[in-house]
This record gives sequence, C-alpha cells and structure tokens, in this order.
Amino acid sequence: MTAPQQPAAPAERAFRRTAEIDSRQGVGAVARITRMCFRYPWRAGLAFAATVPAVLMQLAIPVILGRAVDSTLAMGGDSPDVRALVLIALTLLAASVLRGLFTLVQNYAAESVGHALAQDMRNAIYDKILRLPFSFHDRTHSGDLITVGMLDLEGVRMYFSTALVRTLLLTLLISVGAWMLLSTNLVLGLFALSFVPFAAWRSSVMRLTLRRTWLILQEKLGVLSQVMEENLAGIRVVRAFAASDHELAKFDVASKDALDLSHQRIDVRVRNTSAMTLAFFAAMGLVLLFGGRMVAAGEITVGTLATFLTFMTILQMPVRQLGLMVNAYARASTCGTRLFQLLDMPVEIDDAPGAKELEVTEGTLRLDNVGFAYPAAGDRRAVSGISFEAKRGETIGILGAPGAGKTTLMHLIPRFYDVTEGAITIDGQDIREVTLASVRQAVAVVQQDSFLFTTTIENNIAYAAPFTEEGRIRGVAESAQLHDYVLGLPQQYRTVVGERGVSLSGGQRQRLSIARTLMMEPAVLIFDDSTAAIDAGTESRIRGALRDYAKDRVTLIVAHRLASLKHADRILFLEDGRVVEQGTHEELLALGGRYTALHDLQMHRDTDVPDQTEDAR
Amino acid sequence: MSQTGASEPRDPHEDERPRMRAVVGSTRIEEEIFGRAFDGRVVRRIWEFVSPYRRKVWIAVAAVLVFTLSQLTIPLLISVAIDRGMVPGAPNGLLIGIVALFALAIGVNYIAALVQERVTGQMAEDVLFDIRRKMFSHLQRVSLSFMDKTEVGRLMSRLQGDVNSMLEFLETSIQSVGDIALLIGIVAVMLWLDWQLAVLVLLVLPVLFGVRVLWLTKARAAFMAAHEANSVTNGALAEAIHGVRAVQAMGRAPLNAELYSGLVGRTYRAQLRASKLAQIMIPIVDSLTGIAMATVVVAGGLMVVSGRIEVGVMVAFLFYIQRFFDPIRSLTMQYSVMQRAMASGHRLTEVLDVEVDVTDAPDAVPLGPEDDGSVEFRGVTFGYDPKHPVLKDVSFRVASGERVALVGPTGSGKSSSISLIHRFYDVQEGTVLVGGRDVRSVTQESLGRHIAMVLQEPYLFTGTVMENIRYSSHWASDADVIEAATAVGAHEFIEAMPGGYATRLEERGSNLSLGQRQLLSFARALVADAKILVLDEATANIDSYTERQIQKALERLLEGRTGLVIAHRLATIRNADRIVVLQQGRKIEEGDHDALMAQKGLYSKLYDLNYASFDDLPEAVTDADRAAAT
Ligand SMILES: Nc1ncnc2c1ncn2[C@@H]1O[C@H](COP(=O)(O)OP(=O)(O)OP(=O)(O)O)[C@@H](O)[C@H]1O
Ligand SMILES: Nc1ncnc2c1ncn2[C@@H]1O[C@H](COP(=O)(O)OP(=O)(O)OP(=O)(O)O)[C@@H](O)[C@H]1O
Ligand SMILES: [Mg+2]
Ligand SMILES: [Mg+2]
Repeated sequence: MTAPQQPAAPAERAFRRTAEIDSRQGVGAVARITRMCFRYPWRAGLAFAATVPAVLMQLAIPVILGRAVDSTLAMGGDSPDVRALVLIALTLLAASVLRGLFTLVQNYAAESVGHALAQDMRNAIYDKILRLPFSFHDRTHSGDLITVGMLDLEGVRMYFSTALVRTLLLTLLISVGAWMLLSTNLVLGLFALSFVPFAAWRSSVMRLTLRRTWLILQEKLGVLSQVMEENLAGIRVVRAFAASDHELAKFDVASKDALDLSHQRIDVRVRNTSAMTLAFFAAMGLVLLFGGRMVAAGEITVGTLATFLTFMTILQMPVRQLGLMVNAYARASTCGTRLFQLLDMPVEIDDAPGAKELEVTEGTLRLDNVGFAYPAAGDRRAVSGISFEAKRGETIGILGAPGAGKTTLMHLIPRFYDVTEGAITIDGQDIREVTLASVRQAVAVVQQDSFLFTTTIENNIAYAAPFTEEGRIRGVAESAQLHDYVLGLPQQYRTVVGERGVSLSGGQRQRLSIARTLMMEPAVLIFDDSTAAIDAGTESRIRGALRDYAKDRVTLIVAHRLASLKHADRILFLEDGRVVEQGTHEELLALGGRYTALHDLQMHRDTDVPDQTEDAR
Repeated sequence: MSQTGASEPRDPHEDERPRMRAVVGSTRIEEEIFGRAFDGRVVRRIWEFVSPYRRKVWIAVAAVLVFTLSQLTIPLLISVAIDRGMVPGAPNGLLIGIVALFALAIGVNYIAALVQERVTGQMAEDVLFDIRRKMFSHLQRVSLSFMDKTEVGRLMSRLQGDVNSMLEFLETSIQSVGDIALLIGIVAVMLWLDWQLAVLVLLVLPVLFGVRVLWLTKARAAFMAAHEANSVTNGALAEAIHGVRAVQAMGRAPLNAELYSGLVGRTYRAQLRASKLAQIMIPIVDSLTGIAMATVVVAGGLMVVSGRIEVGVMVAFLFYIQRFFDPIRSLTMQYSVMQRAMASGHRLTEVLDVEVDVTDAPDAVPLGPEDDGSVEFRGVTFGYDPKHPVLKDVSFRVASGERVALVGPTGSGKSSSISLIHRFYDVQEGTVLVGGRDVRSVTQESLGRHIAMVLQEPYLFTGTVMENIRYSSHWASDADVIEAATAVGAHEFIEAMPGGYATRLEERGSNLSLGQRQLLSFARALVADAKILVLDEATANIDSYTERQIQKALERLLEGRTGLVIAHRLATIRNADRIVVLQQGRKIEEGDHDALMAQKGLYSKLYDLNYASFDDLPEAVTDADRAAAT
C-alpha cells in the first residue's frame, strides 16, 4: 500500500436519523408548521372555537353532579321533588350530549387540518424529490428519504391536533378546573391540585426522555432495516457466498441494540406513569381525609366533596396528557426540521431565470473544455478539458478503462450534473440557459445502470411517452430486438418484469432500456455501455435497425467492444478523465497508441500488457 | 423543441389502454388489512413464539387482575368513607382507618401497574424481535424463485409494519384481560350495591353494543380504505425515490407528480372519511353516559330520598358509570386491533411458511476440501416456470482445474445454468454435479464455500470498500483483501479515493463507476478462496486492456482452480480450455476455439461478428445468420 490510509471520510449523509437536534432550527420549524396550519383558517378556527364549549361542558358535568347529590340530600323523605331531579338529570344529559358534539367538531376539524397539511406536504415532497439532482441522491440513502416522506410527515401531520389544539384544551381545562376547585374551597382545592405540578413535571420530563431515546431508537432501527433491506435486495450475493450466517450476525448486532433500547424505554415509561398515578391517588386520599373531616364538621356538603372527587378524575387525564403535548411539540420540531431541510434544499440544477426552451435547428452538440468534479471527491476531477463537436447524423464513440469518466461525461450532457468548467451547447445554446425539461427531452440516455420499473414490459417501454399508440411500442421493441422475445412470453407485452427486472436476462434488461429510450426521439442519443450484455449478433441487428433513426440525431456510444465503435465518425479514448487519443478508427490505428493495443487484444493478437500486480508492490 | 420529440398526444380519454400505462407505483390492491377477529391457526403460530415467555405471561395476567381489583376497591372505599366516616358523630378513627385502607389500595395498585406494564411491554418486544429474527432467517433459506417474485418493499413491510401491529396487539391483549375483569367487576359491584338501580343503568349497555356493532362494519371499511390508499401512496413515493434517475432521464417528473397528486387526493379523502367515522362514536358514547348518569340522578335520587340507598352509593354509581365506559371503549378498540393483528399475523405466518423448495437433503454431506472442483451437467432441463424450460437437456463436464467458457446469444440460459451449479434453483430433469456429487446431496452451505461467483449484476452493500471485498470471508486478512484488489486492478483506484480502503460506499456502490463495482465484486469472489470460480460477465463493463491485465494476474492466483466463464466478448474466453455454446437453452456446440472455428457453426459466426475484420460490415451477415444468433 502506497498512500497512508486515512480514516473514512466523515459520512456526509443527509437525513441520516440521529438523536441530535438543533433546538434553534427546531423552534423555527415548529413556528413554520404553525403558520402552515393557518392556511386552512376556517377549519383551524373551528377546531379552536369548538374546544372552548367542549371544555366548559366537560367541567359543568361534575358541578351538576354535585348539585344532584346536594339536592337529593336536601329533600325531605316524604316529598321527593321529582321535577327538580328530572331537571337536573336533563341538564346533565344536555351537557353530556353537547360535550360529545363539540368534541366531535373539535377533533374532526383538527384532524382535517392535519390531513390537508399532509396532502400539501406530500405533493411538495414528491415534487422536490423528483427535482433534486443526481448529486443529492448520490449522497442520500433511499431508506432515509423514505422515512422523511412517511414518518416525518406523520409527525408534522399530527402537530395541529396533538400539540396546538391540545394546548388550548389542556390550558383551559386545567386552569378553569383549578379555579373552580380553589374558589369552592381553597384548602381542599390545594389538596386536590397537589398532584398537578408533580404529574405535569414528571410527564414532561418523561416525554422528553422518551423522545430522545425514541430518536436513538429510530437510528438503530434504521440500521436494522438497512441491514434487512440490503440483504433482501442483494439476496443473490448472499446466497452465492453462503453468507447467511454472516448476515444473521449483522442482523443480531443491530437487532440487539434496538431491543435493549426499547426495553429501557418501556422501563422509563412505566416507572413514570405509575408514579403519576400514585401521586394522583395520594392527592385523592388527602381530599378524602380532610374533606371528610370538613363534611363531618359541616363545613362543606357531601355534594361538594363529590364534585371535588369527580373534578380530580376529570383533571387526571389532561395532566397526564401534558406529557403527550410536550412530546408532540418535540416530535414536530425534529420531524419538521428534517422535512423542511428537504423542502428547502436548493435545487442546484434548475431552470435559469427566464430560461427559454431549447431550440434544436441544426442539432449540433458541442463540448467546450468541459471539466467536472463530484462534490464528494473534493477537487479530484472525474473529467477535464474535454472538447468536441458532433453534428446531426454523426456518431461519436467513447472508450476507456473503468473509472475513466465516460459515464460522468455522458451524464453532463443531459444536465444530470452541471459542468464545473467549460460549457456544453446544443445549437449554440448553453444547456444551463435553457429549460431543463427541454434539455432532457433533447438528450436521451440509455443508462449503464438502468432502473426498470416493477410493472409490465409495455409500461416500461412507454415510460417516457405513456400516451403513445401501441404501434410505436411495437416499433421500438422491434428496433431494440425485443419484440420476438416478448411475443414468446405467455402474457406478451403485459408481462411484469419483476423488481428491477429480475426475471429478465442481462441482455433482455439492456434491450428493454434501449427500447424505452428510443421512445423519446431525442436530438442527442447516448448509449452508455448499454450493449455489454448483448451478444454481437443481436447488437449488430440493433445497429442495423437504428441506421435510419441515427441519421436525424447525434449518437454517442460508450462501449468496450470495438465492433460497436468502429463505425463511429470519431472515437475518443478517455483516460483519467481526459481525452488521450481521438480520431476515426483508421486514424487511431495508424497512431499506434492505446487504441491500437486494445484493437490488437481484441483481434486475438497476443499483445503484452504490463503486469500490474508487480507495479503495485 | 421543434423537430424531435414532438410532444405526445396528452388526451388520455380517447382510449382505455394508454391511460392504464400512465401509472405511478404499484396499483395492485394490498392484501386484506382486517382479518377475522380470531384465527386459531395464527394464534397457535404466534403462541409458539410467546410460549418461551410463559412464566412472564402468567405474572402479567396475575398483576393485571390485582390491578383491576384495586381499581374496583377505590370508589368503593370512597363511598364507604362518605357513608360511614363522614356522617356526623362517626368515630374519629374510622375515617382515618378507611383512608389508610385507601392508601393500601393505591400502594397495591401502584406495584401491580408497575409489574404488569413492564412485564407485558418487555415481553411483547422480546416476542416480536424473535418473530422478526425467525422471519429474517427464514428468508435466508427460501428459494430464489420466491424472492424473484416478491418485491423487497413488500417483505420489508412484513418485517416492519406487520411486526409492529403484532406488537401493539400483544401489548394490549393483556390489558384487555384487565378490561374484561374491570367490566365484570364493575357490573358485579353495582349489582351488589343495588341491583335494581344497576339493572336500570345497565340498560344502556345493549344500546351501546348495538350501536358499536353497526358502526364497526361501516368504520372498518373506511379504515381499510384509508390504510390502503395510504400504502399505495407510500409505495409510489418509494418507487419515485428508487427510480429517481430513470424518472428524470425520461422527463416523467411532471406527469408523475400529477399522477401522484391524484393518489394523494384519494388518500386525503379516505383519511378524512375514516376520521369522521372514528369521531362519530364520541357524541354517541357521551350521550349514553349522560343517559346513564341522568338515570342515576333521578332513580337513585328518589331511592336516596326514600331511604332505600345511602347517598354514598349514589356517588359510587356515578363514579362507576364514568369508569364503566373506558373498558368498553378500549375493548372495542382492542377488537379492531385484534382484527388488524390477525391479518398481520396471517401475513407473518405466510412469510414463515413460505416453502423452502431447495433444502438440504436429510442425509446431505458437506463438500470438503478433499472434493475436487469438477462441475457436470447431465441431461439438465430447467425452467423458472416448468412449462417453459429455459435449459433443455444440457450436458457438459468441466474437469477439476479446467477453464471452460459458456457462450451464447442473450437469453440463451447462461446465467440460468450457473444458478443451477449453485443450486439457486432445482432442476426439473437431470442432475448437476459439483465435485462429483449431486448438488442435491450436499449441504448448501458447503456448496457456497466450494464455489465463488461474480454475478452478472454487481451488488455492493453500504459499508467500506474493505468490508465489501472481504464480505463473509472472515478468515481473510487485510493483506488478502489488498492482494485480491490488486489482482483485479482495483487497488489503484481504491487508493486514490479519499479514504482508501476505508472509503464508505453508498447504496449499491453508487459512488463508483459500474466497472469499478464489477471489479470489487470480482475481488470479493477471489477473497472467498473457493475451488470453483464462476464469472458471469465479470468483465463485461471493463475494457479489454484491463481485462487482459486481470487475466494475467489471475493465472497465478487461480492455479489449479476450476473456472467457468461467461462472456459475450469472445476475446475474454479465447484462452479457455473448452467452450460450450448455448442457444435457446440447448447446447449446440462444444470444443476448443480452433475446433469450433473449424465447425463453422454459431460460435464461428459470433466470433467473426466480433473480430473478423473491421471492414466487414455487419449487414454482410445474412438474415439466416442473424436468426441463428438470437
Ligand atoms: N428469475 C427469473 N425468472 C423468470 N425467468 C427468468 C429469470 N431469469 C431469467 N429468466 C429467463 O430465462 C431465460 C434465460 O435467461 P438467462 O439469464 O439465463 O440468460 P443469459 O444467457 O444469461 O442471457 P444474457 O446474456 O442476456 O445475460 C430468459 O428468457 C429470461 O427471461
Ligand atoms: N456519484 C459519484 N460520487 C463520487 N465519485 C464518483 C461518483 N460516480 C463516479 N465517481 C467516480 O468518478 C470516476 C469516473 O467514474 P465514471 O462512472 O464516469 O467512470 P466510467 O468511465 O463510466 O467507468 P466504467 O467503465 O466503469 O463505467 C470514478 O473514479 C468513480 O469512482
Ligand atoms: Mg460508466
Ligand atoms: Mg446472463
């Protein structure tokens, strides 16, 4: 080993779930979610408006009950005042019904604000994810993004009902309730409320602790699901290496970590909630003891005592819920922070202000001293100093060793990445100055590592133009030499290809992605090593079928098989991101350089290559 | 855009078919969300996982019962305090005594709650992690034919979502033992206090149950619709995230956003409806509570006045009524949790019960170092779908230490053949032998160590370069890893990366070029140090020059090992001892390069296409040849 080994570069990964929360950002996020909730002023207003009567009715019930007990006691044994009792009963019934109705309105309105918010956010997230450039997706694990779109969204959705409305509800309930208790009887009121500060404090502390451990747990569960997901996605590798023990060991480590933590969380929760219940009952015991003495001494009535006790039962829930409320804020702040981080992520590759559509007239592609470095790679440039021009109907061949920068260069032309030096123009228009959509329409790439959708062959082929006629789908499938194969399938074009096309052979996958790219009719067509798994016979038929098609556009072909390149009008030989040789096949052969060496190797002449095992030592 | 890419007709209404093509995500309806409330088979399967923790279950149940008992005593004590301890002239100590009993009751309540919740919670987690591990380890053994058909996302939702809803069920089911006990207890206590008043109050029960049953059928449909809409939407999001590069490259982003927005709207409406139905129960329960309390006020009041009951009893009734609706509410909630859990449990057992078609025979023996590295196909017929064989009566033999190439047009069954050597699938006819033994008679584990493979599709894991190359070959030292990387020509670029061998690879190795990924997966196979090395297009994305260097380096490294190589670039295989040519699943030629060239069959034609003369235009190939070549 030559270079001293450095520690792994700090994993700069967006949206990795961590337990660290930036509190300032969190507050900002909460404020922003709150503002967003009032985009639906009617519903939000209704939720708040209904909360007040719901609380009042809730509080009226114990008062009415106390009245009932007292007036019962006040009645003489002989002359029961049935009317009075019925009246009280009816009031009680009315209060209960009203409480139910107002709670219904409050909850429904609050939840509908949440759902509406989620609807907007979902669309925004989806839009954003599809607009963020490749460089963003390179550094973000798909699993992390999925959690933002699902879990964090939930946290934000629940904010209005579980945090905002509940705040109003609990404040009203506790303060009005406390005021009523204290004004009825100060001493007894104080006893009755004695558990409130303790419970409020415990419950908030507990929720915050749980929140923190929850985040850590999420992080651990994230690791666990990554282990599982990659295992399942790479199941062929796992099987090929008979590595299930290895994988289970990875699973066990991740799983045990998560399990320990969830045990710990249960412990925290249970201990705190039991302590709160105990405090509540202790306060009740005090009320019973001292209230009982007062009743005995005639200072208060039994009815008052009953009211007190009922009040306490009613107060118990909201006091415990204080913790949930605190938690809802904490949750909204972490979830919101991540969500807004995604939504606010600058889209580095976007339409310039006032950008016009690309106008393809001559169809000339020009690269001017193009250079590019991946953000993760510092200033190490993957390609540099590349210039060439290609006119409509021309074919440019590109070859080079692995990592020479071919794919990188091909990804610059449709603007998957922006060049860091130089410029790319089509008919004299810099691709950064016209609309992105028009560039993507003008430049189509058969990607080296193409993604097939888990749907039918037909839907995959027509992906770029789903509303096209059936005939065109057949047409491109024929050009890509896929048609005959498809006809042999039981369900023909409606056959589902399996996840990422597992049920296809390597060559069939590649032909399917060629077919779907042909659908696009671009001005610049790029084949990035997309015939590597296709035999020479089939490839030549594809080339034959595309002869006319290629007349109307610039074609760039990256390939390793020289037969795929030799017809090119020009061939570029890349090495370490630079063009080291270029010319036609004949010119390059005459040059006697690297291309010639490659040619000789493929032409079955034994050429000597330096032994690199020796070099590296 | 003028001439090219004329915009597509965007009228989706003229024909049914095109509209169906414009979809995002899977539109397949998710499986049932609510199962039967009780499914004996599922319960038995889950019980298998619970039974190791039997003792804890009993402790938890006992604690729940104690807890319920103490809950019942508390209002009773209050009522006694009111009726006996507070009447004028009651002995002073009585109230204190009752409060002391009260203190005892709450102490017991505290401890019981502590024990119950903790034991239940932790046990439920333990059980669930056990189930998940069992599922995961089962998935390590199920046949690839199952995995091929099943999306990773689906399995993940089993391993996560379904496992979680089982967790919820286990946690709450012990609680519902308590709820039932509480309900029975309250009814009993009320009946004991005053049976007539109790019967009067309990009249609301049938009404409540009736309403709930009516409500549940409606609500369940709504919940199901909301859940399904939500998971379809989430599925579409996941698809967008995984396929984002393809979506952008083909300019589908605007259309997809529009389609997605449709899904989101559907979810929104379904969720609103589910919310509405969930909330509608509140005023109903509240009204019934009101009716019950009003009954107590009128009837109980009259009874108190007439002296039949004491006022404390009335207060106790009012308390019990308020406590009474809680267990009913949570029991009905529990009912739907239970239904959901049964559906989840059903799906979990489905995964656990996926048949493992490819298992070790009972008398399977391990392949050991003494077994040679020969491979033989004897009359093999195989199809992923037995009705459509992709390999037909294929026979060939690779002697130990020999280097044999498998060539043929795309889709001819090359990758499928090597899957069979590793017994990813079982053949329908014939036999595959490795080391002279039928692959079905040896353990899969030892087969895995006997054979190292470079798969056509390189797959790398998130982790460092070092971890990826070493993978499961724990015995390999760092030096071994570096040697392998050097042999495949990867050392140089690895060293050039910021962290060298400690550089983290992103998902699927996306921060490397495809060729580099292929080199790493090649190195990974070398490190495994197996007798047989299988290379499926291991150098397809690598230039001939680098490839030649690798071949030279390998010559030394692979001395005495068997090599089976698949390649389309025929230069890759020209040094092979023998070449087997497959076409449409049949072996059509076999021999060394010269023999096959002399035969003037498919091989020589393919070879000519590749290399003959560069002036020889492909059109010169006759149509018959083309047909033969595909
Ligand atoms: N997992 C699978 N499920 C169903 N059918 C499959 C599966 N894998 C391959 N096939 C089908 O089996 C046939 C043979 O495929 P195979 O992958 O063996 O071809 P191959 O010779 O390796 O081709 P290529 O050179 O393109 O990689 C193809 O028609 C393919 O569609
Ligand atoms: N997303 C990325 N982030 C950082 N570095 C990258 C990324 N993608 C590629 N690279 C690096 O950039 C260099 C050029 O890669 P590129 O994919 O362009 O090679 P290539 O010529 O296409 O190779 P191959 O023949 O293997 O496909 C390589 O060193 C590679 O490791
Ligand atoms: Mg590439
Ligand atoms: Mg293959």
